[in-house]
Amino acid sequence: MTSPEGARTLLEVKDIGKTYGSVIALRDVSTVVRAGEVTCVLGDNGAGKSTLIKILAGVHQHDRGSLLSEGREIRFSSPREALDHGIATVYQDLAVVPLMSVWRNFFLGSEPTVGFGPFRFLDRRKGRSVTREALAGMGIDLRDVEQPVGTLSGGERQCVAIARAVHFGAKVLILDEPTAALGVKQAGVVLKYVARARDRGLGVVLITHNPHHAYPVGDRFLLLKRGRALGCHRKADISLAELTRQMAGGAELEAPAHELRGDAG
Amino acid sequence: MAVAGADPDERVGAPRWSDRLVVRPEIGSLLGALLVFVFFSVVTEQFLSVGGVATWLDDASTLGIVAVAVALLMIGGEFDLSAGVLTASTALVTAILATRLGWNVWLALAVSLAFALAVGALNGWLVVRTGLPSFIVTLGTFLALQGLNLGITRLVTGTVQVSGMRSTAGYESAGFLFASTFSLGGTSFYVSIVWWVLFTAVASTLLMRTRFGNWIFAVGGAAATSRAVGVPVVRTKVLLFMTTAGAAWLVGSINILRFTSVQANQGIGLEFQFIIAAVIGGCLLTGGFGSAVGAAIGALIFGMARQGIVYANWDSDWFQLFLGVMLLAAVLVNNALRRRAERVRR
Repeated sequence: MTSPEGARTLLEVKDIGKTYGSVIALRDVSTVVRAGEVTCVLGDNGAGKSTLIKILAGVHQHDRGSLLSEGREIRFSSPREALDHGIATVYQDLAVVPLMSVWRNFFLGSEPTVGFGPFRFLDRRKGRSVTREALAGMGIDLRDVEQPVGTLSGGERQCVAIARAVHFGAKVLILDEPTAALGVKQAGVVLKYVARARDRGLGVVLITHNPHHAYPVGDRFLLLKRGRALGCHRKADISLAELTRQMAGGAELEAPAHELRGDAG
Repeated sequence: MAVAGADPDERVGAPRWSDRLVVRPEIGSLLGALLVFVFFSVVTEQFLSVGGVATWLDDASTLGIVAVAVALLMIGGEFDLSAGVLTASTALVTAILATRLGWNVWLALAVSLAFALAVGALNGWLVVRTGLPSFIVTLGTFLALQGLNLGITRLVTGTVQVSGMRSTAGYESAGFLFASTFSLGGTSFYVSIVWWVLFTAVASTLLMRTRFGNWIFAVGGAAATSRAVGVPVVRTKVLLFMTTAGAAWLVGSINILRFTSVQANQGIGLEFQFIIAAVIGGCLLTGGFGSAVGAAIGALIFGMARQGIVYANWDSDWFQLFLGVMLLAAVLVNNALRRRAERVRR
């Protein structure tokens, strides 16, 4: 499952930090994203997960540490710039435009056109067929690419957004809580596509607060707590039980667990 | 199971025609137009005469030109309350430059177009920069323009109207383009009808067949999502405001060249008629859904009802009642359509 240590490093975060006014949202966090690997970012609400991915996606800029894309230090000033570096982000509730058709969503921002000058029109035939092919290539099987995306289930919408990022040549795919609002079965489907994107050689950053979703697909686990890294472990070095324990707050949760058992008994 | 190519997926089969139709935003307005058309054709005699048709088409045309532009803007998620009064502002700029300063009409028209586009750009810039609702921002522009129209006209002319376009240089050629008539079956039709049809065709093609059209739907449906995938949200919205202002200029120019004079308080109240026509045509107030052709049909319903009531010798007060009922019906239908489109299937 774990890829060789020699896999290409796409993105590296070194001692990165970010403050909003007097609030330190993120401090001294380091990790790497390699091609064909899934780096999971785990943490409770307010741990700094969102801040970290917003820096990677170009929404915010870090004010300490450094961000390296394929070995070169960079700083994104906009999401567009991150996209140009091959870093695509799929946000939990911002993945698609619900009232637009599947293929129009798929090509949004990169529409295929025919003709020239003022007579450049959307190539709707190509749009539809490429969308159907690309989705099929990811194993997503849709009946009609003309239907509004809003008629798809939550899991299917995430999958369309993932397939879009893969199709447009993303090297790094950032997924913000893709399984948070989904049922067990739907979450399993999304994780399957995460694994498929990884197998295609993308570096995936998976943000979640559910270790049971992270462990099966993850190669590296970055645990965040109150803006700091609790640790960054390779899969070989940590078990699901240990990951869950650290995630849940480790020792902190053992005390209430005792109390709860005491009450019940 | 990969079905590639342009062939439809075999599981779709023949989609039920009712399902296909119901996702067209203009379908409600088309039925409404048919109803109004049949009704007035039966109860009045003049309505269906060639002269009658020319009259209600003309009434619909100047309303329809701006309504179509407002529809694009509403699909893009914004409102413009200043569009109605801008039709008067642009006519005033043209008239004052041509009659008071003796400019050639074409030059005056070019300057008033530049003025309109500047107002549109200002509207758009204020809305996207401040993030304030466009309803409030353009209400401000609306009031400001209303004041400017009256104030400047009174300063320049001492009255509240500008007239005398007929004797200006270039009036003949400009009038031919914007305010002439053409004969069809022995009846003269205003050229504004041609402008309306052309404008609707261009707007609809832009909306449905171009990248920019795709962006209009996207910024109105989900601006943050659009930005995240690289759609230039600010540019799209500002251009939509400028298009609306440009349409208002076109109607202002048609008016000034046809009537050769303009009242400083003209155009007030039109802004709501534009929005009503767009909503009747299937535009959602929340953006992201609608149709340019629908807005043109909405304007057609307006024109037919307004003139039909005259032909039927009813009091024009009934028009307001009709308008209210029509608007409510349209909003209810649109709401049902959107629910259908957004319905989540598990």
